Amino acid sequence: MRGWLRTRMAWWGLLALGLLPLAWLVWRTLTDQLGANPAETLIRATGDWTLRGLCLTLAVTPLRVQLGWPELARFRRLFGLLTFGYASLHLLGYAWFDMGFEWADIVHDIPKRPFVLVGALAFALLLPLAATSWNGAIRRLGACRWQALHRSVYAVAVLAILHFWWMRAGKNDFAEVWVYGLILAALLGWRIWRRKRHQ
Amino acid sequence: MLIRSFDTGFDHPAPSEITPRAVFESRRTLLQQMALGAAGLTLAGWAGRDARAQMKGPGVLPALSAVPSTVLGTQTLDKPTAYKDATSYNNFYEFGTDKSDPARHAHTLKTQPWTVEVEGLVKKPGRYGLEDLMKWAAMEERIYRLRCVEGWSMVIPWVGYSLAELIRRVEPQPGAKFVEFVTLADRDTMPGLRSGVLAWPYVEGLRMDEAMHPLTLLAFGMYGEVLPKQNGAPLRLVVPWKYGFKSAKSLVKIRFVDKQPVSSWEMAAPREYGFYSNVNPNVDHPRWSQASERRIGEDGLLAKRRKTLMFNGYEPQVGQLYVGMDLKKFF
Repeated sequence: MRGWLRTRMAWWGLLALGLLPLAWLVWRTLTDQLGANPAETLIRATGDWTLRGLCLTLAVTPLRVQLGWPELARFRRLFGLLTFGYASLHLLGYAWFDMGFEWADIVHDIPKRPFVLVGALAFALLLPLAATSWNGAIRRLGACRWQALHRSVYAVAVLAILHFWWMRAGKNDFAEVWVYGLILAALLGWRIWRRKRHQ
Repeated sequence: MLIRSFDTGFDHPAPSEITPRAVFESRRTLLQQMALGAAGLTLAGWAGRDARAQMKGPGVLPALSAVPSTVLGTQTLDKPTAYKDATSYNNFYEFGTDKSDPARHAHTLKTQPWTVEVEGLVKKPGRYGLEDLMKWAAMEERIYRLRCVEGWSMVIPWVGYSLAELIRRVEPQPGAKFVEFVTLADRDTMPGLRSGVLAWPYVEGLRMDEAMHPLTLLAFGMYGEVLPKQNGAPLRLVVPWKYGFKSAKSLVKIRFVDKQPVSSWEMAAPREYGFYSNVNPNVDHPRWSQASERRIGEDGLLAKRRKTLMFNGYEPQVGQLYVGMDLKKFF
């Protein structure tokens, strides 16, 4: 397993795996299999995959340290960018399919549905992370500042859960929110625990 | 001079009475063709418009025959939603909160035998069997718009009769001011009851004049067949000018009371869901706009949302029920 993780194949394989949900959604769109409300299905599915991607990305470091598998490190960027990709599609889906790019409607919608604002804020925080994800950016910023900047992903995780919780509050249905919330809390908790131990 | 109008708002042409524009515009050609005896063919084109094409179910469930209703407002020309969409995208929380849950889980619902208990301030209380209830009035087909509070809508050809027929038969006492509807809550067959989303059983209510309004429908079927389980079999309420959740499904109890009932959604979130819950584009839900809606199945993914109509487009028929009421306060 560890040997395989070092291969080029592993990277391409995981990229392909990460694009499978997208391929599946495109296939269902083209073959009219998205159900009665295709716009809603697409927006929710891309939102779900963003949350899953976020969990996966934040799990890389704890797994690397706990298992002692340094070869996991190089997948963090891949997962992060896939997450950003799904988040972009999620936002695009909202603005296009739900709002028809009617900016006036969007401006009216945001104070009505504060969870939209929370989601937009989380996306805004993801932008600089995606923009500085290449090697040159780390060099130019300096590892220290780069790392400080990328810690904002923790804020993204909190905002993403708030966004999801608020959206589900309408149906009082928090089962899935708990699942993602507990996973992300564990992953953030691990980081706090490690920092305390190293002090 | 005092000019009095006797127009109560009811005297509008039904959409079915309006000559389609295409026919109107080609009236001269039509007359010529009539003279030539060819009009039959031309008229067949719009007489068999696609509104009728989508009105029949797939024939899996027993048929329920009905005659087109003559009540004004019951024959909209809006294109009916595809049966598949109307039976796979449902809110029926007793079977789960996801809209695909009812179609997956409602097969456990036992609809036979079925009785409805009529109780409270009424001269003829009792437990009435479904078979009897189905004979209390002639079955009518009514095509209603259905607007969900969540911002989507469908057009459903229902089969049933005015709730008023039932109410007249059981003779409410003068003190009865409201009607409360209690729906089935069976832990063995309804997996959604395990969640604490709402207080079970699901309860809804109407003011007596709303309940007696001819548009208020007691539905036993849709698309020419008996109701599918996920749509509230074997009988449900349909109140087309109110948000969909007011149209309680799988009714087991109809209670005549003197005080305004508290509906399940009111109990769960009183700031968000009022007793009236009339469709109103000018009164937003606290968490989203109600100005527009997505018509399910309309022109695919990139279809624009429709403007939501006051009282879901039934203002001519029901507007007078709420004259003088502050609809922002009584939402």
